[in-house]
Amino acid sequence: MSDVYIAGIDMIKFGRYPDKTPALLGAEAVLGALDDAGLTIKDVQAVYSGCVFNSMNGQKILQQVGAFGIPVTNLSNACATGATAVRDAWMAIRSGDYDVVLAVGVEQMTGMGMLGGPRASAISTEGLMGSASMPATFAEAGMEYAAKYGATFENFASVAVKNHHHSTFNPKAMLQKETPLEMVMGAEMIAYPNTKFMCSINVDGAAAAILVSERKAKELGLGRAVRIRASALASDPWQERNPQMPDINSATRLSAQQAYEMSGIDPSDLDLVELHDCFATAELLHYENLQLCGEGEAVRLLEDGETAIGGRIPVNLSGGLLSKGHPIAATGIANLYEVCTHLRGEAGQRQQPGAKIGLAHVVGLGTCSAVHILEKA
Amino acid sequence: MTDTDPALPLPAMPFIKVEPNGVARLEFQKCTACGAFSLETNRIACGKCGARGSFVAHQPETTTGTLHSYSIVHRSFPGVAVPFVSAIVDMDNGPSLKGNLRGIAQDPESISLGMAVNVVLDDALNRKDDQGNSYVCHFFEPIAAK
Ligand SMILES: [Zn+2]
Repeated sequence: MSDVYIAGIDMIKFGRYPDKTPALLGAEAVLGALDDAGLTIKDVQAVYSGCVFNSMNGQKILQQVGAFGIPVTNLSNACATGATAVRDAWMAIRSGDYDVVLAVGVEQMTGMGMLGGPRASAISTEGLMGSASMPATFAEAGMEYAAKYGATFENFASVAVKNHHHSTFNPKAMLQKETPLEMVMGAEMIAYPNTKFMCSINVDGAAAAILVSERKAKELGLGRAVRIRASALASDPWQERNPQMPDINSATRLSAQQAYEMSGIDPSDLDLVELHDCFATAELLHYENLQLCGEGEAVRLLEDGETAIGGRIPVNLSGGLLSKGHPIAATGIANLYEVCTHLRGEAGQRQQPGAKIGLAHVVGLGTCSAVHILEKA
Repeated sequence: MTDTDPALPLPAMPFIKVEPNGVARLEFQKCTACGAFSLETNRIACGKCGARGSFVAHQPETTTGTLHSYSIVHRSFPGVAVPFVSAIVDMDNGPSLKGNLRGIAQDPESISLGMAVNVVLDDALNRKDDQGNSYVCHFFEPIAAK
C-alpha cells in the first residue's frame, strides 16, 4: 500500500461571512490547498467533502472551481466530519485507485446559537430532564473528571486562558485576545463550570487538504510534504450511561491507541498536539485520552505549563476551537493544517521549534473520534 | 392517543408507565443475556452484547441512586427557565438517567458527586403538548443524610 502525503493544505481565516455561500467558502480553501500543492483542480481525481448543515456541498464547491465529472462523496460525521473526509481520502489513495484526492470541510454557522438544538419530543425536554445543550453536556463530562481527580473550576478556566493566549499569535483565529484567569472565571456562566470564554466559538470556516500517493509526492518534490503516519477513526462502544451522558472519552482512547499502533510512534515522540477543545472542560480529559500524561495527571500537565507555548508538548497552539473558532465540518482539517504548518516550520511567532511529529484529534458527539499523526517528510 | 383517558397525564419518557389509577412508575428494559438496561421500549437486539430478542421489562426494586455528574445551567434554549441543575444519576437497581436535580441549593458548594438521591415522578413542570395533554416526568431529589 502506498504511503500517503499531504501535498497541500489551507484554511480560510475563521470568522463571519454572512454574504458568502458555503460553496464559496469551500472554494477559497480548495484553491488555497491546490496552490499550496502546486496543482490545479484538473489534477484532482476524487473529492471527499464534509458539511453538517448543507447537503451536496462537494459538487457545489466544484461548480465554483471546476467541475469535470470526477467522483464526489459528501459526508457528515458531527465534529469529526473534516477529519473523516481526510481519512476517506487517505483510504482512497491507499486503495491504489487514485494519486491525487481532495478532502474539504465547510460550515457556515453565522446566526446559529452556541447551544445546539433541542431533542425532539411531544413536549420540550430542555430544563425538564436536565440539559441537552453542548455547554452542559461537556460540563457534565468535566465534573465527572473533577470528582475522580480533583480538577477545579480554576483548572478548567486555565485551559481557556492558555488557548486564548495562543490565538494572539494566529492571524487566522477568530478571536485574538488575551483573557486573564479572572476574566475567564468572571465571564457569564453558561453551564457550570463552563463560562462564556470556556465555550468554543461558532464561526464560518473552511479548510481543505490535497492528499497524494508516494509516487505523486516524489514527483512533486518532498520539500514541504507531510507524511500521514496514521489515520484512525473509532466510534463509542456500549456504555451504561450512554446516551443519557454521551461518552466523549472512549472513542478518543480507541482512535489514539490505533493511531499509535499504526505509526509505531509513542506519545512521548510528539512535538505538538491539536485536540478537540470544544469546551475547556474537554481539554483536560483528552490529555489522558491521548496518553499525553498518565491517569489523573492532566491538571499537573496543564499547571506546569507543559501544554502551553514553549512547553514540552504544546497543545492547541492555534488557539484551539475555543479561540480559533469551531466551524463544525472544517475543524478537523483546520487542526491538521495547524500541525502541518508547524512541521513545515511556517508557524511564525507560535512555531514549535524543531517540530517533526504532530497529532491532530477531533471528537464528534454521538460519538466518533478521529486521530491523525503527521510527520515532516 | 384517542384511547387515552384525558384525565390521566401521559408519560414524558418511554420508561415511565401511568397506571389506569393514575399512579406512575418506572419500567425499564433489561437484557436477559448480559443484564444491560435500555430506556427504550422497542428493542430488537442488545447494544452491549448483541443478543437478539433478549429484553424483558424490569421494574426497579428501589428508586434510589447516586449522583454521577451535574452542571448548573445558566443559559439554555430560548424560553427555558434558568438556572436549573442538569444531572446524571446512576440508579441502584436500574440504569443511569438524565434529569433535573431539585430540592437543593443551585451552587457547587451544596452539590456533591456521589450523594444519594431519590428518583421521583411528578408533573412535567406544567408543560403540555399541542393537544393540551399533561405529562409526568422523572426528577432527582437529595436523600437527606440521617
Ligand atoms: Zn445484552
